[in-house]
Amino acid sequence: MVMADTLPDEKTPRTAIVADGVNVHYGTKQALFDVDLDIKQHQVTALIGPSGCGKSTFLRCINRMNDVIDGCSVEGRILLDGDDIYDRSVDVVQLRARIGMVFQKPNPFPKSIFDNVAYGPRIHGIAEKKADLEEIVHDSLVRAGLWGEVSDRLNEPGTGLSGGQQQRLCIARAIAVRPDVILMDEPCSALDPIATARIEELIDDLRENYTIVIVTHSMQQAARVSQRTAFFHLGNLVEFGSTDAIFTAPKDPRTESYITGRIG
Amino acid sequence: MTDAPMNGQPGEVRRGLSRTDTMETVRKGLRRRYAAERRFKWYGRIAIAIALGFLVVLVGSILFRGASVITQTHILLSVELPMDAFSVDGEVTDESLQRADFGGIVKQALRDRFPDVSKRRDRRTLYQLISTGATYELRDHVVADPSLIGQTIDIWLTASDDIDMLDKGYIDRNVDSTGRRVSDQQIAWYDALIADGRLERHFNTTFFTSGDSREPEQAGIWGAALGSFYTLMVTLLLAFPLGVTTAVYLEEFAPKNKWTDLIEVNINNLAAVPSIIFGLLGLAVFLNVIGLPRSAPLAGGVVLALMTLPTIIIAGRAALKAVPPSIREAALGVGASRLQTVTHHVLPLAMPGMLTGSIIGMAQALGETAPLLMIGMVAFIVDLPGGPLDPATVLPVQVYIWADSPERAFVERTSAGIIVLLLFLVVMNLSAVMLRKRFERRW
Repeated sequence: MVMADTLPDEKTPRTAIVADGVNVHYGTKQALFDVDLDIKQHQVTALIGPSGCGKSTFLRCINRMNDVIDGCSVEGRILLDGDDIYDRSVDVVQLRARIGMVFQKPNPFPKSIFDNVAYGPRIHGIAEKKADLEEIVHDSLVRAGLWGEVSDRLNEPGTGLSGGQQQRLCIARAIAVRPDVILMDEPCSALDPIATARIEELIDDLRENYTIVIVTHSMQQAARVSQRTAFFHLGNLVEFGSTDAIFTAPKDPRTESYITGRIG
Repeated sequence: MTDAPMNGQPGEVRRGLSRTDTMETVRKGLRRRYAAERRFKWYGRIAIAIALGFLVVLVGSILFRGASVITQTHILLSVELPMDAFSVDGEVTDESLQRADFGGIVKQALRDRFPDVSKRRDRRTLYQLISTGATYELRDHVVADPSLIGQTIDIWLTASDDIDMLDKGYIDRNVDSTGRRVSDQQIAWYDALIADGRLERHFNTTFFTSGDSREPEQAGIWGAALGSFYTLMVTLLLAFPLGVTTAVYLEEFAPKNKWTDLIEVNINNLAAVPSIIFGLLGLAVFLNVIGLPRSAPLAGGVVLALMTLPTIIIAGRAALKAVPPSIREAALGVGASRLQTVTHHVLPLAMPGMLTGSIIGMAQALGETAPLLMIGMVAFIVDLPGGPLDPATVLPVQVYIWADSPERAFVERTSAGIIVLLLFLVVMNLSAVMLRKRFERRW
């Protein structure tokens, strides 16, 4: 495995998340084997690999979404700013407020656009006054690049938007809680190329304020949006390094086969 | 597809079908496939037509038999209210009014109307023209307005059920008098009253406002309707919250292990338990151990709630399962707790389905008599229940009791009872549909 510290053109950014010997089992089936990975702040880290390679499993470990799945057990440590998120003292609700998530299929709540974005701040009690809440909703929609399209119909249902708009609404919903990290699980797989391009631009803009981890099936997308890429295969982290290095000079033969389209 | 060799040797084995052969085969098959589809559609239409036919016959015959209950035959009598019949020492008090012989006054009025009836037996037949309840009608009328005392008033009094049946044409005059309920003499009196314009059919308020009675013309459905209402209220208030909470817990919170599997199997089995068993349980536990009042809607409601619970739980779990997991992930992803996820997002989406399940359960409970048998709600109860603790009966029981009664006039009341039961059901279903619409409109 290549250590990511050897990146040439980055000014040694701070490490946000460190995975240390992560093993995941679903019942008796092991899904991840000893994954070590460090994710830098204000960078986009792409997780690629063939279907069933464990990249989504790893992503869901970062905000403990696997907790809700029966029979799923996680071993090893994942450190967020130095604290183990699987420690007993960590509250999972608080953790998920710090680590937002965007899912494969756009899943807005069947509520108004405003309520979709306001839901997170409301349940966490971030905005006490109505004006504060409106400001958060406004800012989040602006950052998600959706404000211009929906500013005049905030009370209409979020499910009435187009697929791409829905996904940006989901991003706005995640941003509204003011997380440090945003996890994206194949956020463009259900979108057309134009909507995909908009999301990719958005991801690039968001990098300034958030640490982003994105799972993607599209190697082009990984190449376009990410600074660093991790390649998973059959539950193992095969190779991890700068995106340029992975796509131009892969060290592992499996990585090379995958990016040239021979496996996966 | 392999093309057949164009210049193949005779006798060469064909390895595949030619393009035209394939199309020909498909075309032949198509005709068969479409024919099967058309046939199936016709089977469906015929089945629906038969089902609708049965429904029309059923509802039609019930309506046809029950419709005549809307009116009731009344007889206009000139009743003399002599002062001395109501007063003690020349003074009319509440007590003296209550003690007055209203029955005798009504009989006197009848004798006055037909003065030539003198024999004791004939008089008794004469009195049978009027319902025994007429006495109380007259009493209520006089108590409400004591200034009438001392006058002679014209008052419409309820006719007996036999005269009512005669007037509605259910009794055939041409049958020999030994074979019918009204004698020739009564028919003659009846004709005389008609000729005077002193016999009319009025709206049957009694049927819609009073409880049961052994006399058909005094029997009403309102007592049973109230009983059903109180019973179902108790059932709904118990079964709905319990059922929904159980469904939510089992579906959203409980770990999937042997115990929850066991519970699930048992709930499914409970749904199939004969309802009388629940009645036995109600008798043993709610009446004998806890000491709930016998024949009361409270006890009946609790028993029916037990019977309805499995239905609500099973429907509730199905409704929860139908909520897409992506909604749960979305809520959990922004940091909602599991309870918040359920109450804010999953439950509102599942609510229409849960309401449907509940209404099916409630409809089942509405039509149930067997479990109520054990706790004494299959009973002859005259008074209107004032609350869930008073003795009461329910609509299907009332229908059953009337269907079992020999008087001809109970036939139309049985059918009318069924109509009221069906109306009750329709109102319940409509309110559920409206509730569901309201929940759905929130999105």
